[in-house]
Amino acid sequence: MSKKPTSAAALNDDIGEETRLELYRSQVNIREAEQRAFDLFLQNLVKGTSHLSLGQEAVAAGFAVAMKKGDLSFCTYRGHAHTLARGVPVEKVLGELMQRDNGLMRGKGGSMHLTSEEHGVMGSYAIIGAHLPIACGAAWRAQYKGHSDVTTCFFGDGTTNIGAFHEALNFAAVWKLPVIFVCENNLYMEYTPISEVTAVEHPAADRASAYGLERIVIDGNDADVVYRTAMKAYEKARAGGGPSLIECMTYRHSGHSRADPAKYRPEGELERWKERDPIKIYRERLKQFGIGDDAVAKIDADIKRIVDEATEACKASPNPPMDILTTDVYADGGWAWRN
Amino acid sequence: MAELTYRDAVARGIAQEMARDPDVVFLGEDVAKAGGVFKATVGLYEQFGPLRVRDTPISEQAILGAAMGAAMTGLKPIAEIMFSDFFAVCFDYIANEVPKSRYMTNGQTKCPLVVRTGNGAGSRFGAQHSQSVENWCMMIPGLKVVAPSSPVDVIGLLAAAVRDPDPVIFLEHKSLYGTKGEVPDGEILDKLGTAKILRPGKDATIIALALMVPRALQAAERLAIEHGIDCEVIDVRSLIPLDTQTILGSVAKTHHCFSVEENPRLCGWGAEIMSIIADEAFYDLDGPLVRITTPHIPLPAADILEDAILPTVDRIVDRVRRTLKA
Ligand SMILES: Cc1ncc(C[n+]2csc(CCOP(=O)(O)OP(=O)(O)O)c2C)c(N)n1
Ligand SMILES: [Mg+2]
Repeated sequence: MSKKPTSAAALNDDIGEETRLELYRSQVNIREAEQRAFDLFLQNLVKGTSHLSLGQEAVAAGFAVAMKKGDLSFCTYRGHAHTLARGVPVEKVLGELMQRDNGLMRGKGGSMHLTSEEHGVMGSYAIIGAHLPIACGAAWRAQYKGHSDVTTCFFGDGTTNIGAFHEALNFAAVWKLPVIFVCENNLYMEYTPISEVTAVEHPAADRASAYGLERIVIDGNDADVVYRTAMKAYEKARAGGGPSLIECMTYRHSGHSRADPAKYRPEGELERWKERDPIKIYRERLKQFGIGDDAVAKIDADIKRIVDEATEACKASPNPPMDILTTDVYADGGWAWRN
Repeated sequence: MAELTYRDAVARGIAQEMARDPDVVFLGEDVAKAGGVFKATVGLYEQFGPLRVRDTPISEQAILGAAMGAAMTGLKPIAEIMFSDFFAVCFDYIANEVPKSRYMTNGQTKCPLVVRTGNGAGSRFGAQHSQSVENWCMMIPGLKVVAPSSPVDVIGLLAAAVRDPDPVIFLEHKSLYGTKGEVPDGEILDKLGTAKILRPGKDATIIALALMVPRALQAAERLAIEHGIDCEVIDVRSLIPLDTQTILGSVAKTHHCFSVEENPRLCGWGAEIMSIIADEAFYDLDGPLVRITTPHIPLPAADILEDAILPTVDRIVDRVRRTLKA
């Protein structure tokens, strides 16, 4: 893991106040929405499964803020954070988690498939590794058409052990595609420590050389570090320099999914990582750069209000109607497979 | 009008669509510089260049995944999976990703792509390079599934598949690549979801697909000459969408139906069609619905064994004759 910045003097101010506030806001938005999703689950209002990114907010925020409008992102079932970070309203996300008619996909996809193409959120994928090749295809389209957008693909440490990861990395490298692969290494694949099932210490970065890529491991809990790394990778991709593979060290504060109490974690591990809570780190950072408490308090209050309002709207929303059951199986809008 | 092989029809169909629409791109293993292992894509690389006709690594998941990502974002990719048996190594895309994205996202995601593949037996390649996997594809909501039996259908249905807004699995029969047929000049565009009555008849309906179509036609000729049984032969062509009306209309006239299927018996495509006939045309029937299929075994390699196991002209003649004379 890269070193934790300790003082204002050790940092340069290339990021600037406006962007820092954006990074902070994005992280708090994810934190509050995810916390609310958990609370709603305890109230039996979130149905099906859900996978929270509590503790991993800096990765989603750092990349999303570095993206340009028109850039595309692909993520996993642990994708609420990446969906919110691109500007999808909290209500749309919570509505889908609660499987209501106001959800992003009106309950047809569920928490693991959040998609909002108008925000560049090209889907959340629940089959491990499936979306890495798909992200290659989106990047291939940009290359073929001469478009300047870059595609980002987020996935977990466990995903580096499935074939599609390796197929996609090689494919992207050979075709020099404008795609950024971002591994969120939260130390666990489901309930198993990643170190117990992986031949190398850094599951993504230590494989980069196999595809002719630079080895990059960063502190995924520091949004500044993530943002700077992302900016560099986007610049390279936009200049035709091909793909990047970035491993972000982070940790999830809750269990793998809503059903998991995470008893398998060694004592003290969660507490140690909570010392390095990305939001705590970022509040200190804002202070170091002289950003006033009132600006921070205003963002906090703002987000709380938005999440509260979204919650109420979701509770008030009806269930999805039966008439959407058979829509959009085929492009004609219906499901007819015979005459 | 010109005589063309089924193999050359593939290249002509792809070329027709690539020339028409610059968003059509083509990728697969050995498809570009080498012109494909079955030589069905010769000349495309030379005509359309390295940006549109691309060789890939041996990465079936990357091929279909990339095709999907490109289709979602505006291209119209044609992806080749060399042997249909290899669907098993990229089945996530065929079963989970490509067909379900539109539904799961409440209509946001589009996926207009074509997966071409070499399907079927006859090459003596054994159990992992000879299968007929049309039934693997037919069972998946969201896909369209097409299997042409003649050169002109290859071009017309391929064009329809490329222009279709839904994902289409396009099954080319390896044993038909060398067969020839008359093909008109100029653009050819057919329609998915349309069966074709290739031989009208009044005594029994035989429905068939791909390589089984010429066998059904030969069997019908022999049944007529040798046994005085006049069979109507229908080339189903498109499993999804399925033209049930043409089939039901024929059964209403002939009162008997036989399917000739290369896929192994269990859950073969004919089972679905026969169940539709049983549900909707039971009182039209004067005899049992009979499926003539490959048995439920892996395919052997040896020529005499393989020949013995697929539905043959003799077997079709025998089953139809015995059923109608019973
Ligand atoms: C192909 C496949 N195998 C197994 C699973 C079940 N599964 C869901 S999440 C998961 C762990 C993934 O770990 P990682 O990639 O580290 O992501 P994280 O959950 O930590 O974000 C597994 C094994 C799956 N969804 N898909
Ligand atoms: Mg993990």
